[in-house]
Amino acid sequence: MALTREAVYETLGAVMDPEVPVISVVELGIIREVAVDAQHVTVTVTPTYSGCPAMHEIEADIRTALLAAGAEHVDVITAFSPAWTTDWIGPEAREKLRAYGIAPPGRAEQGGLITLTRRRAPVPCPFCGSSDTRMQSEFGSTACKAIHVCNSCRQPFDEFKAF
Amino acid sequence: MSAHDEDNDNAVATVGGAASAASLNVAGTRGPSFGEPIVEYVMRLGDDRLLLGHRLSEWCGHGPILEEDIALANIALDLVGQANMFLALAGELEGRGRDADALAYFRDGVQYRNALLVELPRGDFGFTTMRQFLFDAYSVLQLDALASCGHEQIAAIAAKSLKEVKYHLRHSSEWVIRLGDGTADSRGRVQHSLNALWRYTGELFEHDAIDEAVAAHGITLDHAALFARWDSMVRDVLQRATLDVPQDEVMLNGGRRGRHTEHIGHLLSVMQSVARAHPGATW
Repeated sequence: MALTREAVYETLGAVMDPEVPVISVVELGIIREVAVDAQHVTVTVTPTYSGCPAMHEIEADIRTALLAAGAEHVDVITAFSPAWTTDWIGPEAREKLRAYGIAPPGRAEQGGLITLTRRRAPVPCPFCGSSDTRMQSEFGSTACKAIHVCNSCRQPFDEFKAF
Repeated sequence: MSAHDEDNDNAVATVGGAASAASLNVAGTRGPSFGEPIVEYVMRLGDDRLLLGHRLSEWCGHGPILEEDIALANIALDLVGQANMFLALAGELEGRGRDADALAYFRDGVQYRNALLVELPRGDFGFTTMRQFLFDAYSVLQLDALASCGHEQIAAIAAKSLKEVKYHLRHSSEWVIRLGDGTADSRGRVQHSLNALWRYTGELFEHDAIDEAVAAHGITLDHAALFARWDSMVRDVLQRATLDVPQDEVMLNGGRRGRHTEHIGHLLSVMQSVARAHPGATW
């Protein structure tokens, strides 16, 4: 029986981001295209960050999941354009991030070259909801995260940074 | 800008020589040409980022504070990732079956096309920060221009990389200001670094025969305009950092043509050691 496009998306919906295992690669917005030709599935993926070491693992996970779902041949293609943005992460996935203890991303900066110093509203704490927080560093445990500290509950937390 | 025009003369001279377009080699270049000028051009883009990424990675486990250790490793990762995309493209355009790893690990110094700025040893944190700032400001402007160039693959990689480099520039700018407008010790270190690095900045804006030749692919960066924007951006930050802009007008170059400082050999001997000891190894 040939896999349908819907079945492929359903399978990919269970392939989790290895570094943030509560959202799937579909929710992360990196699956750009799925083509099914009988038992041959082609998935086009766009990388999050250029050097994200999880991309290789994600490709392997996608391949494994689709082969297990009945595909005979899986091609994973990388596309760089249009460049990935956190704006592609939907509201449901954002809620999952928050529940997991990671503040979801704000809106990605559009246009303009750069604001020299970061001047934006404090990121609400995913644990206690307080807005009395401060940024510790724009570079955190993975390429996609920044580090903040909550002054209210004294808890350090990650932010999935707007990109 | 004026002083390095002189150094440039032999580099600019050779465009349009008869049937040379297919194997254009800028006068005075060390090592073999890489065939089409576009290959050489993309290699320059990749090599700058690879070697700077490597220099930053040397800080891993040695950062002055934990957050900064993590930040430098993150930025290194972005740069090496960008280099991977550019070098994979260079290998593809070259058409001799070399992938990004083959280009990164099995070329000698004379075959590298990076600007000298990025191969210099990492120095202290002030030096690393200042070098990063000078490069980031250039990189943001260069990638912004390339993102709308006529070469589809280069434009895609540039647009993607630009988003990352904006974060890098903000980070390095903030540190330059903090260190420059900091203690006598921190100010002294970044001022000294700035003085030592300034003469390596001219090479970033050189315009040679390779740049001329890639116009055929829709890549027409105006290096003089790029320099003017870089200059005002850099001066703005240096002023906020209370630092003095060097008067030094002697500019060094050669990296784009494979003429490097002695430092590249030491860098490559570390970076390439595993790949050369175990060619073709996978894990």
